[in-house]
Amino acid sequence: MAIHPTHELHGRRWSRNLGLGLALAALVAIVFGLTVVKVSRQDANGNPPGMSQGAGN
Amino acid sequence: MSDFSAIDHGREAGFGDYVQLLKPRVMSLVVFTAMVGLIVAPVPVHPFVAFTAILFIALGGGASGALNMWYDADIDRVMRRTRSRPIPAGRVSEGEALGLGLALSGLSCVMLGLAANWFAGAFLAFTIFFYIVIYTMWLKRSTPQNIVIGGAAGAFPPMIGWAVATGGVAPESLLMFALIFMWTPPHFWALALFMKDDYSKAGVPMLTVTHGRAATRKHILVYTILLAPFALALAFTSIGGPVTLAAAVVLNALFIRGAIRIARRDEVAAEADGYKAEKAFFRLSLGYLFLHFGALLVETSLMPFGLGGW
Repeated sequence: MAIHPTHELHGRRWSRNLGLGLALAALVAIVFGLTVVKVSRQDANGNPPGMSQGAGN
Repeated sequence: MSDFSAIDHGREAGFGDYVQLLKPRVMSLVVFTAMVGLIVAPVPVHPFVAFTAILFIALGGGASGALNMWYDADIDRVMRRTRSRPIPAGRVSEGEALGLGLALSGLSCVMLGLAANWFAGAFLAFTIFFYIVIYTMWLKRSTPQNIVIGGAAGAFPPMIGWAVATGGVAPESLLMFALIFMWTPPHFWALALFMKDDYSKAGVPMLTVTHGRAATRKHILVYTILLAPFALALAFTSIGGPVTLAAAVVLNALFIRGAIRIARRDEVAAEADGYKAEKAFFRLSLGYLFLHFGALLVETSLMPFGLGGW
């Protein structure tokens, strides 16, 4: 009997690994995007928007 | 691992099984109502922050779905409707569901806190706690009013969306909560009337079983009447306007008419026409919530043109 290199089980594992990989990649992209948004909206003192009366002064 | 032992684990989970643990259909309601709460709030939110916030609110909702499936695995094994869920079907272990639920709960609350504000993050944590500890672990199996209390968990998302934008609570967000909270019991009891699930076998005290189907019909009518003032009050707040008011008047009139029809029928009449009125009321209840929140969105999108709002 020929040995099949991929069993149906391998397909399921592949779907799980691919899904997890994509989910982690998405998380990295979101954290990066959030960082860009938060940093680019800071004022000259490094305060978030609407907080310029705070610790910076 | 040899191929022999791999083949022994023929029921190993795929990625879709873990997605199923997050109850994607419930998630869609969470996403929609949280999004409306965020958009209609008076403080503008950066689009990427808004997208991230909605995503993590949805993930928090999914996490509570996984924790619910972990705790309720014993009930799910008994009931026909839930027997094919990943845990009863043997594709995911209870420990895996618990781990996934806890990890995603922590991740979603912390990420929402970082992306938006810590009040919103804490609110999401409270919602998960309420759904799992107060509803699933405590009240679901001990009182026939379980649907009423469980409805609160489903009603929090628009308040969280509002909190993402404003960092707090307001009468408008409380009324959005009240709308879903009061809507949930008639919605689910109508379903319970025609689904005839085996809750009693699973030891869950559903109103249809503990108080009878006639009492459930009366309960639907009472809650539908009590719901209307909240819907109308929402139309008179700062996020409401003529569109919301028109939607509230029409939708509540239709909803009350449907509830009266259900209250006037008995089981013999319902069985004779295959629960036609109950099924129609259930379908209407889905449109009721969608159109109410849709009207709020329309109102907000008209405001830049000087048309929406009062």
